[in-house]
Amino acid sequence: MSPTEWSAIRLTAELAAVTTVLLLILGAPIAWWLARTRSVFKPVAASVVAMPLVLPPSVLGFYLLLMMGPNGPVGQLTMALGLGRLPFTFGGLVIASVLYSMPFVVQPLQQAFEAIDERTLEAASTLRAGPWDRFFSVALPLARPGILTASVLGFAHTVGEFGVVLMIGGNIEGQTRTLSVLIYDQVEAAEFAQAHRLSAGMVVFALAVLLALYLLNRPRRERERAA
Amino acid sequence: MRARLFSALVALIATAASAGEVQVAVAANFAQPMARLGEAFTAATGHSLKLSAGSTGKFYSQIVTGAPFEVLLAADDETPARLAKEGHAVAGTQFTYAIGRLALWSATPGLVDDKGAVLAAGNFRHIAIANPKLAPYGAAAYEVLKARRLSEALAPKLVLGDSIAQAYQFVVTGNAELGFVALSQVAVPGKPVPGSYWIVPANLHSPIRQDAVLLKAGEKNPAAAALLAYLKGEAARQLIASFGYS
Repeated sequence: MSPTEWSAIRLTAELAAVTTVLLLILGAPIAWWLARTRSVFKPVAASVVAMPLVLPPSVLGFYLLLMMGPNGPVGQLTMALGLGRLPFTFGGLVIASVLYSMPFVVQPLQQAFEAIDERTLEAASTLRAGPWDRFFSVALPLARPGILTASVLGFAHTVGEFGVVLMIGGNIEGQTRTLSVLIYDQVEAAEFAQAHRLSAGMVVFALAVLLALYLLNRPRRERERAA
Repeated sequence: MRARLFSALVALIATAASAGEVQVAVAANFAQPMARLGEAFTAATGHSLKLSAGSTGKFYSQIVTGAPFEVLLAADDETPARLAKEGHAVAGTQFTYAIGRLALWSATPGLVDDKGAVLAAGNFRHIAIANPKLAPYGAAAYEVLKARRLSEALAPKLVLGDSIAQAYQFVVTGNAELGFVALSQVAVPGKPVPGSYWIVPANLHSPIRQDAVLLKAGEKNPAAAALLAYLKGEAARQLIASFGYS
């Protein structure tokens, strides 16, 4: 493998890891709120979170390019804060990935939180656990399979991201040239041998990750039968 | 009124029956001129065109794997030659339809001077070029940077577009302050060029010879042959020159 390829692998792993951690931190409160609220705004918030599932990456990439640009609101904000501009930077890709992978993290978390029996939380409450304590000591441990699913899907989906990165990345080695973009380059340049090597690696990675996820999340009954 | 509508409809169906259709893969830098040429071609011959714009490298991969394109208007002369050699294009049909010119362009007025000194001054964060590995205009842009001995100094500021169209996109949105684009992208006839630009002297890079070729899929399509003949004609030549090609 060439240094370019290693650099793309490292960058992709870093991007996916940073995105997943940020999404768990940001996504957990959103998912908790969505799972517990009776607000009339719940369908609206749930729809906004799910939008990246429906929107083509080109739409997301196009608007991010405009919004983060020097004339866009986000671009003007980041420049006023002295952060510079986001397109063509690792930070820009992180923000794009957080938006793009949001539903893959929030939805499993939300389902896990919804599955927690209200009475368990009430019991904790009668034992004088405050709302924060209930969330960290009761809800999070009970939602562990959901958190695992959310982390794996968030990470894997970010690794699999392509269109948005292509549109706002600018293909800079070590900064924005992720594996998917590098493979695209290799295919376009008719370097099929190199493209095969990385692509086959991605196929194995995807299968391994999903297999691990389904094995770990099997209901206990099934696991015991297998053992 | 109804009778006239009916006769118009009959005429339309009659032309549709005799008129053919050509699937054309056109290099991104030539997409705009080709759209204009297509209108004139359709008016002159009744044949209609289906245009797909993209990078020449991508078209090569797609054609090799059986894409249904009948004519390729490439951004270089190597790809058509290679396709002919490998049997995907019809030998002997290749010809140069345009010689591309490179422009260093910024959407900001006054940023680019008429000698390209801005390159050495380096008072910008990002400079966009098409990926030199994939796009001939990108390779030519990189040659210019090398000729100016700036390729290393500017390497950290380079952002690569997937094609010359994306390089243009990065500059027009202001995300890159300036970039190397095809002159044809900014010199649209009848419109003033926005921002500031420098037409790169042709001696700073090897000539961007853009060749067309008839592909195997279009070998038996008379409309495809008609298009190639039309591109060689005087009317087409003038329109191509008006977009800044030499």
